[in-house]
Amino acid sequence: MNAIEVSQLTVAYENTTVLHDINLHVPVGKLTGIIGPNGAGKSTLIKAILNQLPNKTGKVEILGQALNPKNNLVGYVPQRNAVDWDFPTNALDVVLMGRFGHIGLFHRPSAKDREKALNCLKSVGMEEFANRSIGQLSGGQQQRVFLARALAQEAEVYFMDEPFVGVDAATERTIINILKQLKEKGKTVLVVHHDLQTVRDYFDWTVLLNKTIISSGPTNITFTEEKLQQTYGGKLFFMNEKNNKAVTERGSLSAIR
Amino acid sequence: MNEIWVLVTGSLVGITCGLTGVFLILRKMAMIADAISHTVLFGIVMAFIVTQTLNGVWMMIGAGIAGILTAYLVQVLQSNGLQEDASIGVVFTTLFAAGVLLITLFAGNVHLDVEHVLMGEIAFVPWNTWTFVGITMPKAVWMLLFVLLLNILFLVVFYKELKISTFDPVFAMSLGLPLVFLHYAFMTLVSFTTVAAFDSVGAVLVVAMLIVPASTGYLLSKSIKVMLISSMAVGIMSAIGGYYFAKLFDTSIAGMMATTAGLIFMLVFLFRPYEGLLVKKRKLTNIHEIVVK
Repeated sequence: MNAIEVSQLTVAYENTTVLHDINLHVPVGKLTGIIGPNGAGKSTLIKAILNQLPNKTGKVEILGQALNPKNNLVGYVPQRNAVDWDFPTNALDVVLMGRFGHIGLFHRPSAKDREKALNCLKSVGMEEFANRSIGQLSGGQQQRVFLARALAQEAEVYFMDEPFVGVDAATERTIINILKQLKEKGKTVLVVHHDLQTVRDYFDWTVLLNKTIISSGPTNITFTEEKLQQTYGGKLFFMNEKNNKAVTERGSLSAIR
Repeated sequence: MNEIWVLVTGSLVGITCGLTGVFLILRKMAMIADAISHTVLFGIVMAFIVTQTLNGVWMMIGAGIAGILTAYLVQVLQSNGLQEDASIGVVFTTLFAAGVLLITLFAGNVHLDVEHVLMGEIAFVPWNTWTFVGITMPKAVWMLLFVLLLNILFLVVFYKELKISTFDPVFAMSLGLPLVFLHYAFMTLVSFTTVAAFDSVGAVLVVAMLIVPASTGYLLSKSIKVMLISSMAVGIMSAIGGYYFAKLFDTSIAGMMATTAGLIFMLVFLFRPYEGLLVKKRKLTNIHEIVVK
């Protein structure tokens, strides 16, 4: 059975097609990178799969069934800058929000939920910050809190929107280790990712996206120079320059090889 | 005795508005509250035209509908390409103007004049009483108690949903939480709160009581619970302080309440611990002295 099965998915905003005819499957237990240039629709793809967009056609199945938040199969890490970090709450409270799908309406988080949330904070190395205001955390720490919240969801399939953007190297290592642990436990993880250099190390399944699926499959088959050029439409050199990486087009591609 | 009723009414306005105001601020909807506080006039007048009575229950229903209509129309304009602030501006002025016109056309001789709606008159509150289960209290107090109870009930039942949908709506949506229901339920409560506070402080100053105490609470708090408590406390302080200042200077009670709220906000803004302007300035001077030495 596939963890994610998408067929003929199309998303349009005011006559502009953002995603076109997406057909995609990701097997259970794959750590998957979604790769593509800016504006390729990577975040949109995640939101469309999670049924957050009104202008969407097509079919999405998670573990063989239609998406239903009630069965708590899906965990989600939105982009970190999507929320106001000056919100008056602390790290543990944010992680506790990951339990809300299990707690249900009209109930309060129990002591057990708190314990689980605290354990999740522990596993991202943030237990000593449990009572810290989220506004006082660094970008990397905030990202860890978001990851801990997703862990608290105890889901089967995880969607993560750019978890590595703007974090320090230590946080990036912590996050990727946790994602690999999730994979070992048989969970499926989808990550919107930017850094082409790390794709080979991080992901065993890769989706190349630019408005539609360019290629999708095991990383060693999908992540090739030719398919990347096709995905980035010759913008590869430009992209590296923007990221301030001192690599030539040849250099960046040799890193890929 | 009358003085006590005025103080009770004012404090209830402070508590109710302080409670509602917290989530208005956190949801960045202060201006929507401003809009609703004006458009409920339209709802109240419509309720009067339809029922031909000035019954509190019908007023509430009319105001609730007007509040939802306001929130809905703003949403419609916004999702069709107009900026949020412009959408609010268009909807609120149009509906408010319609309300004013309807009053002058159809409700000229009733106790529903524009000035009263805008400014309220808390000093008259004690004379308009209502008896229920053998208890006689001013009508305004009954209404405020009812709305306060509704607010507390809503908050107790939906606290965690309200919190998460305010902090991270995208994540809340992925959990399948009823975001649309929460939004409109909250907007209805804001409308109810506005109407209940109408008689005492009027449409313009109810905005002050919704926004200023909650903003003061925001400056002082690191958690929503503390913010709720400090917001309500500032609300009560503004009401009681406002009453006595108004007596002292022989001026508008409602006006003085809002002014007091503004003064408390300013004091907190300047002197709050760690982040107050004066504390920052002193720190800067210290750094300056160290550098100069």
